[in-house]
Amino acid sequence: MGARLFGASVQRLEDARLVTGRGRYVDDIHPAGVVHAAFVRSSLAHGLIQSIDTSVARTMPGVLAVYVMSDFAAFASGPLPQLAPHPLIQGPITYEPLASGEVRHVGEAIAMVLATSRAEAEDAAERINLDIEPLPVAADLAHALDPDAPKARSERADNRLATLKTAFGDVAGTFARADHVLKETFTVHRGGCHSMETRGVIATFDADDRRLEMWTSSQSPYLVRRNLASYFGLDESAVRVRAPDVGGGFGPKAAVYPEEAAVALAAMMTGKPVKWIEDRSEHFLATTQQRDQIWELEVAASNDGRLLGVRGRCLHDNGAYAPYGAILPATALGSFPGPYALEALDISIDIVLTNLVPTTPVRGASRPSVAFVLERLADRVARHLGLPREEIRRRSFIRVEQMPYVTGTKARDGSPISYDSGDYTAALNLVLDKIDADGFAARRAEAASRGKLLGLGLASCVEDTGLGPFEGATVRVSSRGRVIVTTGAASQGQGHQTTLAQIAADALGVSLENVSVEAADSGKFPLGISTIASRVAVTAGSSVELAAQQVRRKALKTASHLLEAAEDDLEIENGVVFVKGASDVKVTLATLAQSLAGTAGMRLPGGIEPDLAATAYFESTALTFAHGSNACEVEVDPETGDVRITRYVVAHDCGRLINPLIVDGQIRGGVIHGIGNALYERMIHDDQGQPLTATYADYLLPMASEMPNIEIYHLESPSPRNPLGVKGAGEGGTIPAAACVISAIEDAIGPGGTFLRHHPISFEEVAGLIDTRTI
Amino acid sequence: MSDVQTYPVTVTVNGKKIQRFVESRTLLIHFLREELNLTGSHIGCETSHCGACTVEIDGTSVKSCTMFAVQANGAVVNTVEGLANSDGTLHALQEGFRQMHGLQCGFCTPGMLMRAKVLLSENPDPTEEEIRHGIAGNLCRCTGYQNIVKAIQYAAAKLNGRTYQEAAE
Ligand code: FES
Ligand code: FES
Repeated sequence: MGARLFGASVQRLEDARLVTGRGRYVDDIHPAGVVHAAFVRSSLAHGLIQSIDTSVARTMPGVLAVYVMSDFAAFASGPLPQLAPHPLIQGPITYEPLASGEVRHVGEAIAMVLATSRAEAEDAAERINLDIEPLPVAADLAHALDPDAPKARSERADNRLATLKTAFGDVAGTFARADHVLKETFTVHRGGCHSMETRGVIATFDADDRRLEMWTSSQSPYLVRRNLASYFGLDESAVRVRAPDVGGGFGPKAAVYPEEAAVALAAMMTGKPVKWIEDRSEHFLATTQQRDQIWELEVAASNDGRLLGVRGRCLHDNGAYAPYGAILPATALGSFPGPYALEALDISIDIVLTNLVPTTPVRGASRPSVAFVLERLADRVARHLGLPREEIRRRSFIRVEQMPYVTGTKARDGSPISYDSGDYTAALNLVLDKIDADGFAARRAEAASRGKLLGLGLASCVEDTGLGPFEGATVRVSSRGRVIVTTGAASQGQGHQTTLAQIAADALGVSLENVSVEAADSGKFPLGISTIASRVAVTAGSSVELAAQQVRRKALKTASHLLEAAEDDLEIENGVVFVKGASDVKVTLATLAQSLAGTAGMRLPGGIEPDLAATAYFESTALTFAHGSNACEVEVDPETGDVRITRYVVAHDCGRLINPLIVDGQIRGGVIHGIGNALYERMIHDDQGQPLTATYADYLLPMASEMPNIEIYHLESPSPRNPLGVKGAGEGGTIPAAACVISAIEDAIGPGGTFLRHHPISFEEVAGLIDTRTI
Repeated sequence: MSDVQTYPVTVTVNGKKIQRFVESRTLLIHFLREELNLTGSHIGCETSHCGACTVEIDGTSVKSCTMFAVQANGAVVNTVEGLANSDGTLHALQEGFRQMHGLQCGFCTPGMLMRAKVLLSENPDPTEEEIRHGIAGNLCRCTGYQNIVKAIQYAAAKLNGRTYQEAAE
């Protein structure tokens, strides 16, 4: 029996609930007797708390309690455990649930009010008086390592948290021999996350059993469990963490936050269920953000347009804390050398502390920045040599016959990185063909006749996906013949319920409607890692496949006893096991499940173990590498600098597709995220670390009226590294998108314009660049 | 708290007449979600930018975080919970969103659906551009909007007695 559902664009099982208003997000959950929390946050980017006067707040209507950190002393003290310890980071550089001494960015939580309604809690929070002595603010990444720079954290000697390095090849020799060496400095901007659902958490505590239960809008419920259990000195088995429907994650919801700890502590203190829903202004101030990075790079190239080497340094703004260790900057190192067969590489990244909100991975982590700098360098070399941009790439790409290709860099676990499969040149040629690059000159001339500037942009990338170590899944057939998949992997809109059900349904010969997926509840499945780094299809998907195949074998074995037929002669279809060629000799999966559920005093058939179920953990020991090329056309109004993206084409290869509809949705959303980064989204702070763009009036998210349609074409190079042949698809849209749009704008302005070294770029800036170009 | 002044509000929500006493400062979105337990309408910003809280009031689209519950006195309010057809089948828009993969996390979806409902009542056969402008006040971080546009086109076709030709993308 071939695969029936794998590869099909089946409609999502999630949708019937979600389109009728029956979704269940954290804010929709109301435990009986719940009380509501509001936080008082620092209005200064750096300072020392002198006093917190809560006397008035405690007397306000509806107020149950007001807490500062010292009130929690019976249950916890000090900073939260480091989530992802890194040998180079002496820490923990993590938050206390409520700041007790030094505050290090605007928005850091200092006190907490519990009241019978959120409105009352906020009323009382306003009456708390904070006396904070200001300290000098480190808000300027470019100068944060200067000897006289203000220190972001007064306990440290300077603002350098750590320096990460990667290198391979004969760097000095490659640069000495190269025909051309070009040097450029690039800046990449810190945007926000902006899942439409903000964060939210509910906690209950049973003092008799010392059991903590939480619902949290998280990508990592199991990391929340691990982190908080360790912090509170509880056994993990006494902490249950659930992620219900989550309204988008995109990275920041993978971190563990001080508010999660504070809400849990409030539940421990009061014995009542406590709920906190982040409001959007808090999201701007206290949810981790993207990345401010400054890259100083040199590229070595040959006369014939081959990229030979890249070297240089990155300043990475990690904000005031490192809640997620060094993961974000580390993803930058892991993204080199991109699709290019470089002979030599030498990159170092200084992780810098500032008095801004911490940065952690947001859609693509540091991969979009590395794609931006590498693609800009490729375009720079093309400009310098007067060669077409695509030729530089064709001559420099890793070729399909070099796969698997050992890049020379190392993965996070220290193992050598090798790309598994993919034809990068084919993706490039495909996207150029689909956007009709040959006809571009004519389209440009036509636009010029209307007074507009047309530009063609190009960007390619390789993306490591399927990050280890594992996810797991249990597949169980119920006594009614339903297939129940349980997994730790949380979903924030990626449609896991559907894709995991497709895999299980195929393996067990049942219809999609007969499969239920239960996810992200530590009370139902023992272990999980996180929905990050485009890893769930590889890890959880493969686990479902392995577990479902085990269940299939067990079902066939049991049926062979009951039907007295050889296992090889059996087939499963529509939930029925039957003898091939004699389909009336049959038994349902429901009956098989019942017979393995046991009857008092009776033996199980054939001495088979009870429970028609199996659990598997797929351990991803080597990354899988998706790749793609994007091309877009922009039309620029030379008067206003207004940029309109008129076409956007993606050639994408994420191995075998479980559900093309869902993959395309992931790519589209990802591209739009990258377009936002290129043109609209600006998280601006002044030199005192005060955020200036903290509402959607000032921080622009992509809107329907501005966004193009995205055309997608797939190549499929199956990964040999997992049983499904899949690679991740969650971030591949975002990674090259900003680079592609900036490349198109530069092309529209023309060769007389400045080489573009940053994003986002404003329409004002574009107009200025058009005015100052040399023609 | 018992000493807080409350005011009577009478509204017809999803066809049912409802009377409650509310504080003057209670926003309509909080009234719907907390008082009536209609949690389909969501809160994404509370500053009237995101549209997650969009409901239909007397035939027009309203972001229910921009209005006090008392201001809705006497109004007819429809939310996503009342969108399905009276026989329980999905409304053409709900069907369209599902068919065209017009949602991912689903958080913006109820607001999008209710906005699209009014859009189609005002302009039963909109062009793609008219749809894109019509939903510009509703933000979605997941989908990139393309399939939301298609979902609305699907519904427009169905409500006009045509079959929508294009496949989901
Ligand atoms: S919550 Fe009303 S517009 Fe965002
Ligand atoms: S589907 Fe997630 S915000 Fe629209």
